[in-house]
Amino acid sequence: MRLELGRIRITDVQFGDQTRVTGGTLFINQGELKDLLEEDPDIARVELDLAKPGEDVRIIPVKDVIEPRVKVQGPGGVFPGFISKVDTVGSGRTHVLDGVAVVTTGKIVGFQEGIIDMGGPGAAYSPFSQTLNVVVKITPVEGLPQHKHEQAVRLAGLKAAAYLGNAGRELEPDQLEVYELGSYLENAAAFPGLPKVVYLYMLQSQGLLHDTYVYGVDAKKILPSLISPTEIMDGAIVSGNCVSACDKNTTYHHQNNPVIAQLFQRHGRDLCFLGVVITNENVTLADKERSSSYAAKLVKMIGAEGAIITEEGFGNPDTDLMMNCRKLEELGVKTVLITDEYAGRDGASQSLADAVPQANAVVSAGNANEMITLPPCGKVIGDLEAAEVIAGGFAGALAPDGSLRVEIQAITGSTCELGFSKLRGDGF
Amino acid sequence: MAEHKKLRVVHYLNQFFGQIGGEDMAGVAPLVKEGPVGPGLALAGALGEAGEVVATVICGDNYAGDNLEKAVPEILELIRQQKPDALVAGPAFNAGRYGIACGAVGQAAARELGIPVVTGMYQENPGVELYRKDLYIIATEDSARGMRGAIPKMAALLLKLARGEEIGSPEAEGYLPRGIRRNRFAAENGAARAVEMLVAKLKGEAFTTELPMPDFDRVPPNPPVRDLRSATIALVTSGGIVPKGNPDRIESSSASKFGKYSLEGLTDLTSDTHQTAHGGYDPVYANGDPDRVLPLDVARELEAEGVFGKLHPYHYATVGNGTSVANAARYGAAIAADLKEAGVDAVILTST
Amino acid sequence: MCTVVPISLTVGANRIVPAVAIPHPLGNPDLPPAEEKALRRRLVEKALRALQTEVEGQTVFED
Repeated sequence: MRLELGRIRITDVQFGDQTRVTGGTLFINQGELKDLLEEDPDIARVELDLAKPGEDVRIIPVKDVIEPRVKVQGPGGVFPGFISKVDTVGSGRTHVLDGVAVVTTGKIVGFQEGIIDMGGPGAAYSPFSQTLNVVVKITPVEGLPQHKHEQAVRLAGLKAAAYLGNAGRELEPDQLEVYELGSYLENAAAFPGLPKVVYLYMLQSQGLLHDTYVYGVDAKKILPSLISPTEIMDGAIVSGNCVSACDKNTTYHHQNNPVIAQLFQRHGRDLCFLGVVITNENVTLADKERSSSYAAKLVKMIGAEGAIITEEGFGNPDTDLMMNCRKLEELGVKTVLITDEYAGRDGASQSLADAVPQANAVVSAGNANEMITLPPCGKVIGDLEAAEVIAGGFAGALAPDGSLRVEIQAITGSTCELGFSKLRGDGF
Repeated sequence: MAEHKKLRVVHYLNQFFGQIGGEDMAGVAPLVKEGPVGPGLALAGALGEAGEVVATVICGDNYAGDNLEKAVPEILELIRQQKPDALVAGPAFNAGRYGIACGAVGQAAARELGIPVVTGMYQENPGVELYRKDLYIIATEDSARGMRGAIPKMAALLLKLARGEEIGSPEAEGYLPRGIRRNRFAAENGAARAVEMLVAKLKGEAFTTELPMPDFDRVPPNPPVRDLRSATIALVTSGGIVPKGNPDRIESSSASKFGKYSLEGLTDLTSDTHQTAHGGYDPVYANGDPDRVLPLDVARELEAEGVFGKLHPYHYATVGNGTSVANAARYGAAIAADLKEAGVDAVILTST
Repeated sequence: MCTVVPISLTVGANRIVPAVAIPHPLGNPDLPPAEEKALRRRLVEKALRALQTEVEGQTVFED
């Protein structure tokens, strides 16, 4: 599959009369976007706000972050199975509003997740302190059941991203990247001397607020599958995951998967990037055994000699990670794992819930339990008291002056296990 | 630049390095000698102008090892009398009793005198496992021929600690990894580091894992319950089942506490009476019927039928989501102490 | 009693009874209530049997 990704660099975002991009600024017609999102009968009210890098602004609680993209050529459209029909994506051309992110917020269930600080010490811990954020605050109708509420917010975020992405349809991109992988046979034949590498991509799939969708299918229902990396760039994988903000893969993370970016970068140089296998993290032992065996088999079947494995979440998915690692190594495929750690606030605890001796090559995305004090912010978009119940916050985390003492677990993207950021753990 | 005060360093040694005698003198009670003794001379040299070995406290390995609880306070008192700014213990190389004594004395000195402590051991010394988290243990060879290599590193690290300077990595400073994790921002993102590591691994080249796999400890199994019909059984869970409203506000992740809740008069947990506080799994099923995580309903039936003697009138709950192993172990120990005092015979522990 | 038996083994539990699923280890919401309770009772009875069983080391009490 061959996908051209055209990046349109956006340097500012403003509300305006018409939704369009002019001179690097994205103007948004607020009323039009609100009307679009309020079409959903499950949504009572939508409020929009803008948060820019360096501002004294805190967004809390964050549910998902999505990058505005639009398909300009080729079959299908972005977010197949949700916004677009289910035609296979990943070829043709897609435009990206580079530098913009849609951030959804609004109370969800009891365990809402995620803080983004646009400035101050917390900013370094989230990539979304660097994006121009269009914040969509969603109030559901009274008495909406949890599952419907989560779904409404998820869809609203995708709709907003698709709506904004459309503003980039006619523009000439500032930068055009081409991503192309032939069939496994063609690919392997093209680079006979290079080691064949597959990316095993674990998706969180544990139930309400812990789900991921592939072409609209709930990942807990899939058997591990082959997928082209370019399909993922078109939003074939979407997040329904609100587990600890630090290591949930937002839709933005999926769209901009850094492992895929790295493997493409080195493809043909010191490795041959064969492709991607997706797998899930289910809640029964049988499913874990089945998925890990199946995934390892697929990876081996397409001829991999090495594999990068990324986890999403922590706790029982550490077992899925270790099963994947052990089974691949037993099949002779060399593995490198990316995971984060829960080593306690003093860093003195075991970092993982499970371990196998074959996991001898691990990249750490950092200890999620490390504490940080976030000073009070001039402006809060959302609901500050949510900090007390979100994972990583605790009773007393919110001080009377509005400052927060929390684990970095509470910051969106701080220990993302796709290896998106530069944070890592070290042993002392 | 501020002048550093010359550090008063006390050196702890066993009977052999303290030049009292060999195995035959391993029972010698703690004593103090003025100034450096034996390897203390090399230590004094390594400290140079920055520090002075004011005294050496010596104790027989058997005297210490046979009764640490008695010996350590005695040794500590001798150390305290020297008004020390810092303590160096050993190095003990691979000598087990000596290593444990150095660790125990060092730990006590750090806690009760608040002074920096450095010791040295070979990686397999049993003292390492026990004390690596509490003390800086310089990695040494497995015998006294490693003295010349160890002393300068011990002195250097001690001075850094005394001056409050930042202590670098185990590799940089020469101490055995303590198993403590700290975050920093690397030059490249995790994905780049992972692909780099894989390319090296595939080539058969050396690479360094960023997270060595942990070693979990084991406990010997308890003997079985002999007479179930008269036994008291308790219910404990890490699945976060708490009274509705979560009165103790147990956190949804990284729980800082556990709760103890009365089961008096309860034969069934319902969505009206209880809920889950756990943020790591879909709460719908547990909230709908909390018995699905804490099986009170069937436990009461079995109790009424006389299958077991009595259900302990309290249940204990915490949230096992992102809760550090160290904290979980503390809660477990506290709950166990409570249960033992109450005469509970066995526990059904449920987790999610 | 837990679902992810490998974790219980890793952390050192000695008597392990496999449970149904992470969000409902001692339940199955797909079953009618009476059957679900019977399932729960069977699991707890298995746990009581495990408590009465002498074990040498870590033991998983499968069916």
